[in-house]
Amino acid sequence: MSRIITYAQALNEALAYCMEKDDSVFVMGEDVGRYGGIFQVTAGLQDRFGVDRVMDTPISEAAFVGGAVGAAMTGMRPVVEIMFIDFITVAMDMVVNQMAKMHFMFGGRAKVPMVIRVNIGAGRGTAAQHSQSFHAIFQHIPGIKIAMPSTPHDAKGMLIEAIQDDNPVLFVEHKKMYIDKGEVPEEAYTVPIGKAKVVRAGKDITVVATLNMVAKALTVAEEMAAQGVDMEVIDLRSLCPLDREAVLASVRKTGTLITADEGCHTGNMGAELAALVAEQALDSLQAPIVRVAGPDTPVAFSPPLEQAYIPSEQDLKDAVARVLEYL
Amino acid sequence: MDIPPKTVRELYRTMVVIRAFEEKVQDLYARGHIPGLAHLYIGEEAIAAGVCANLGDKDYITSTHRGHGHVIAKGALLKPMMAELYGKETGYCKGKGGSMHIADVNLGILGANGIAGGGLPIAVGAGLSCKMKHPGQVAVCFFGDASSNNGTFHESLNFAAVHKLPVVFVCENNGFGISVSQAQHQAIIDISIRAAGYGMPGQTVDGNDVLSVYLAAGEAIDRARKGEGPTLLECKTYRWRGHHEGDPNQGGRYRSKEDIQAWVENCPIKRFEQYLTKNKVLTKKQMQAVWEEVESEINESIEFAEQSPFPPLSEMYQDVLA
Ligand SMILES: Cc1ncc(C[n+]2csc(CCOP(=O)(O)OP(=O)(O)O)c2C)c(N)n1
Ligand SMILES: [Mg+2]
Repeated sequence: MSRIITYAQALNEALAYCMEKDDSVFVMGEDVGRYGGIFQVTAGLQDRFGVDRVMDTPISEAAFVGGAVGAAMTGMRPVVEIMFIDFITVAMDMVVNQMAKMHFMFGGRAKVPMVIRVNIGAGRGTAAQHSQSFHAIFQHIPGIKIAMPSTPHDAKGMLIEAIQDDNPVLFVEHKKMYIDKGEVPEEAYTVPIGKAKVVRAGKDITVVATLNMVAKALTVAEEMAAQGVDMEVIDLRSLCPLDREAVLASVRKTGTLITADEGCHTGNMGAELAALVAEQALDSLQAPIVRVAGPDTPVAFSPPLEQAYIPSEQDLKDAVARVLEYL
Repeated sequence: MDIPPKTVRELYRTMVVIRAFEEKVQDLYARGHIPGLAHLYIGEEAIAAGVCANLGDKDYITSTHRGHGHVIAKGALLKPMMAELYGKETGYCKGKGGSMHIADVNLGILGANGIAGGGLPIAVGAGLSCKMKHPGQVAVCFFGDASSNNGTFHESLNFAAVHKLPVVFVCENNGFGISVSQAQHQAIIDISIRAAGYGMPGQTVDGNDVLSVYLAAGEAIDRARKGEGPTLLECKTYRWRGHHEGDPNQGGRYRSKEDIQAWVENCPIKRFEQYLTKNKVLTKKQMQAVWEEVESEINESIEFAEQSPFPPLSEMYQDVLA
């Protein structure tokens, strides 16, 4: 049975399901207990599972992310919430040198089955240290899966998948999407991490998008359809594993690639996809690749500047217009 | 107590400015005039006022997400402050920083900070530059009880102690980090005892008693000026409002109305007013005049902010690199 719930509720259900099923799963982070997490993703879980399994941590990101690594290596399946992705930097050694490398360094003999939940995104007036979208940094670190669900449905299924995965998973949410609603089955299910999804099939222009950029791409695609341009929209859904085949197949079909992700332009997911296409499908391209991305600046506080920062539907339309010049 | 009457009056005025400013922000925020996040300092005014009364323009402070009080006490002007909260071009940071990032380097204000514990190493660095180039100047670092659990606290205190840096670490212990009470985030009651672990003096004072704060901070700052190294000063206090404006019921999810009320009774300004009356420093009428004068200054700052333009979009691309 499906019903309409929010993205935050979908995540909450995934956590509850996994905790119910497996007593090695536990949640920790700042204000995740009685408070229910700053975005209410863990609401009610402490009452249900107790203070030891839904644990409020001190403001000690290095200790609780590192603590999750140690717990994961010794049989637990921790799910850590970092209040904003911006604060993961405090725990960077634990993420990059420890969590990501243990399995490899120890010859495959240790596993680190843990999840770090973070949120990205501007649009809430929280300025330069609470609005970043630097998830692509982690794409550069082998050993971390990176999930980016763009709907409540995928949020639930991918979080269950992430918790059950034997690898460390960075689970990237968008802070503007927590109240988005969508159909979510009541029962448990998984959505694979590493499989992109064609959310709109089309033959003229490929757009590969993440998180909230997917919905924007779909809106633009409908508008363009009225003008006779048939866009294909792919929800990438994870940065690692990267579903190269899905991207290449679409680019070979349409001869075009527009990428859309909120991270700043230089080095964002679009750069990797552009490189992929340049390496493996250059001969299919009929137009330049266009990246829709945030500008290469920190996020400004001032509302008009912040709004201008966020990649918009208009930016996507401009990208489409640029590509159309060549078709 | 031999605090000059002029200083006593200034302490009072500073607290009043902070309180009145924050109450205005509360109202403006509720009416949607101020975007983003506002973490108010109401109830904690004695700390910023008492500490900063010992500082000059050449001394440095680092502040926190709850920074309005610190920067006001350090001498920030209300107009560019208010304009910054509005995100206007005339703000301290051209509207690019907002409430959590107000800075005025000329006044030694090295920024409010969105990272809990982010300011401590910065204060250590300011202490280094004082020691190397400006002996006699000091850096004061404000941070909260919950931020004392970030590794930066431990690394910074150790660093400052071993190099005898002129830094005073001022912990504002208001009993909470967002919703998590002190008892839930650390196993000690007096954070000042941690000073012993780093080999520096530590002291706990009543953070709602502005004279206690003033005197204790004064001693610590004097030691720092004389090259005798850092101090950890803990000031016990309480925040009256929610963690930020919008925190439901002023934190009703994690604390009782009675607790809040008890601390409201323990108001640092009311207590100081009683002291001022008793010691005949200011009459009720004189105090009233201070409030009125401050009120009109704040109203001017709001007018200034509202009339100022937003920065042009091109401003987004400025200042990324120097
Ligand atoms: C590194 C980091 N982790 C988490 C946060 C989110 N956060 C902002 S303020 C805060 C609580 C701070 O408590 P405290 O230091 O006691 O200061 P107070 O708010 O009580 O003044 C938290 C957890 C943050 N800003 N930075
Ligand atoms: Mg606190």
